[in-house]
Amino acid sequence: MAELPPGLAANPILARWIQPAADGTIAVRVGKVELGQGIVTALAQIAADQLGVDIAAIRMLPAGPDGPDEGLTAGSLSIMNSGSALRVAAANVRELFAAAASSAAVRAATPGTAGTDATTEGTAGAGTVSFSYAEWAGRVDLEVPADPDVPLRAEREFVGADVPRFDLPDKVFGRPRYIQDVRLPGQMFGRVIKPPSRGARLLSVEPALPAGVMLVREGSFLGILAADEAVAVRAAEVVRKAARWAEHDSLPDEDELDKFLRAGPHETITVVDDGEEPPAGARVRATYSRPFIAHASMAPSCGVAVWRAADLVDVWSHSQGIFLLGRAIARELGLAPEGVRVEHAENAGCYGHNAADDAAFDAVLLARAVPGTPVQVLWSRQDELAWAPFGSAMTADVAGTLTADGRLSSWQYDVYSQGHTARPGYAGGVPGLLSATLLDPPADYPAAVDPPAEAGAGSTRNALPGYDLPRRRVTGHRLIESPLRSSAMRALGAHLNVFAIESFMDEAALEAGRDPLDFRLAHLSDPRARQVLESAAEAAGWGRELPEGVGLGLGCARYKGRGAYCAVVAEVEAETEVRLRRLHIAVDVGLVVNPDGVRNQIEGGATQSASWTLVERVRFDRRQVTSDTWETYPILRFSQTPAIEVTVLGSEEKSVGAGEAAQGPTAAAIANAVASAIGVRVRDLPLTTEAIVAAIDRDT
Amino acid sequence: MIEFLVNGESRRVEADPETPLLYVLRNELGLMGARFGCGLGLCGACFVHVDGVSVPSCDTPVWSLEGKSVVTIEGLTPHPVQQAFLDEQAAQCGYCVTGIVMTAAALLERRPHPDEHEVATALDRHLCRCGAQQRMIRAVVKAGTTAAGEGDG
Repeated sequence: MAELPPGLAANPILARWIQPAADGTIAVRVGKVELGQGIVTALAQIAADQLGVDIAAIRMLPAGPDGPDEGLTAGSLSIMNSGSALRVAAANVRELFAAAASSAAVRAATPGTAGTDATTEGTAGAGTVSFSYAEWAGRVDLEVPADPDVPLRAEREFVGADVPRFDLPDKVFGRPRYIQDVRLPGQMFGRVIKPPSRGARLLSVEPALPAGVMLVREGSFLGILAADEAVAVRAAEVVRKAARWAEHDSLPDEDELDKFLRAGPHETITVVDDGEEPPAGARVRATYSRPFIAHASMAPSCGVAVWRAADLVDVWSHSQGIFLLGRAIARELGLAPEGVRVEHAENAGCYGHNAADDAAFDAVLLARAVPGTPVQVLWSRQDELAWAPFGSAMTADVAGTLTADGRLSSWQYDVYSQGHTARPGYAGGVPGLLSATLLDPPADYPAAVDPPAEAGAGSTRNALPGYDLPRRRVTGHRLIESPLRSSAMRALGAHLNVFAIESFMDEAALEAGRDPLDFRLAHLSDPRARQVLESAAEAAGWGRELPEGVGLGLGCARYKGRGAYCAVVAEVEAETEVRLRRLHIAVDVGLVVNPDGVRNQIEGGATQSASWTLVERVRFDRRQVTSDTWETYPILRFSQTPAIEVTVLGSEEKSVGAGEAAQGPTAAAIANAVASAIGVRVRDLPLTTEAIVAAIDRDT
Repeated sequence: MIEFLVNGESRRVEADPETPLLYVLRNELGLMGARFGCGLGLCGACFVHVDGVSVPSCDTPVWSLEGKSVVTIEGLTPHPVQQAFLDEQAAQCGYCVTGIVMTAAALLERRPHPDEHEVATALDRHLCRCGAQQRMIRAVVKAGTTAAGEGDG
């Protein structure tokens, strides 16, 4: 007997996934959530093919307490994990309907056709049967566990096609769609007033508030409620000005991040140690770094909550893990797990663990002051940029030995970082909700940890190069404290690790007197890796004559060592300022579910990585983050974004996600292109004018 | 009491005159298409047209609108640039899109056939965190080549 895919094994009852309706539609509910990555559409494609219906019949419902618990929407795993579960669930539903139709003796000698009325055929016993989901809806018992041995339908009508995103019309026409658009009867608007700095304690607050505005204070947690949103915004400012706090220094020196990251204490993570000392030969070594980076979602985080009873609260959140969030809230407030019901509502894109969960908990806390009344809490832009978790600053030392014939004969890699996840309930079961640390008594905020190696690791994600290298020693050093809150952000450690490894490959190639592409291929036997590398290089015209001040650079990696292959060639124009002209990208995600969806994810990932790499840096003093507006935390603007050509290499290999594959290779490609254009190696991100000038000073 | 046109209809607003237009649109007039992103006019998610010019509604106080004409995404719809966005699948999370569509429509009104550079420059006040900028630029250029860019006037 075959095994069920893990997501289905954990949620085997078919009715939680799929429910055909008498009106011809088929409701599908998955545990993965739409973050703007198009996952809901891609999963609908998979369901439609297995159900044997037109995709127009599929109605995707938001993830919620009645649907399957699929953990987090993270790690570029949704297509692989949720897709495989949904595929089998849909095949089961099809076969149960076929069996019901068959037993009613509606056998047909010829196969039926799939149509928007959700009519299809399934195998039943020895023959095929044509049936309509609408006709049999409600008469087939789906409160049954999935059978792993049900045959999968081989026909692909929608998988592999550029199906337009389900969610885009609402977004383009400006219809209510996001959590900020939720307006429940009697709803109040809440705002939280964050402390002025980390670890600050509220001493006193006696604001003069207009009638109808309610102040909520629990320990150092401070919020207000009002029936009118504009009044709430103004009242929050009044409270902010009236509050007195005790503050102290708690943050590292932003100009000494390297020292801070190396100081420890650390958890040591041995990724690989071949146990052999480097042989004689030319030693090449270099150190690379990146600063803290913000999610900087376009919408601030938002939460909606209503207390139905003293032990029951309903929550709407744009969390990536609604069940984990529900359990964390329950644990923090001493409720039974089933006392917190969380439904997903979309917000602007997030790229990992941003403040979504925190805002949901804020809504729960404020709503507790007005039982039965729905409360919507929206963070300010400043709080979003200052208080949401960041992608950790990182620094990496790379050393290798070159043989006389220009091959690497040893590889040593040490990476230093804060942890890369502090999601609710993740680190040692501690809730990990920001405002819990402000209550009386305050909860401890967990230090960020790293996901285990089997989940792709964190600080050491992609720390192991995909090249054929002997005498490897790859070690992570995770700080066991995280004074500046860090958690999962797109690609986790892979952004810095691939940037460091691929920059170093160029530096080693230069030392060996070899072309960077040839040098990589000489160390690369994986045929799929070679294919993306050669494909991107060819598309970019690698090796062509370039004008003065223009350079091409390469970056390549297989995400997590087992996900998507991605190679990037960047073309930059640089003097003291970098202008990123163009990216040529080749990607292999195995079997492609939605080619345009893959291109969109790769383009977006590469553009965002270009922004991290070129301009982004979280700024802070010893008490608080100071880069809390779009002026102090700039991201790439329209006229700075590169033209992007993506080649999607199709294959029949297992489908893997595309969302994070471009982050590391893009960073490296840009840095390598800058070095090629101006002959200066910048090893510290972002690649600003100051960084280039500093690198020139270092070399002279 | 402040009186102005919203999508061609006369509206009387009782709000505090300092109230930003965005809250009036979203909470009093039920027009949710302008999105809140920063409250400082720095991100572009809340842009609407005031007398044909694309401006941030989050830092436009309602007192300044007396006698003026406001057009929101709801009043603009359907516009060729929206169809071009759908054709190009020019969005990811989509949060920034309505503001960008407003500015693009105003551009097409002024410059019916803009090239990529003109579009990028016109949209530089708008941020997109998902990295869909190149698709959006393509969509606006395409809208300019396929239609004369019928706007709201």
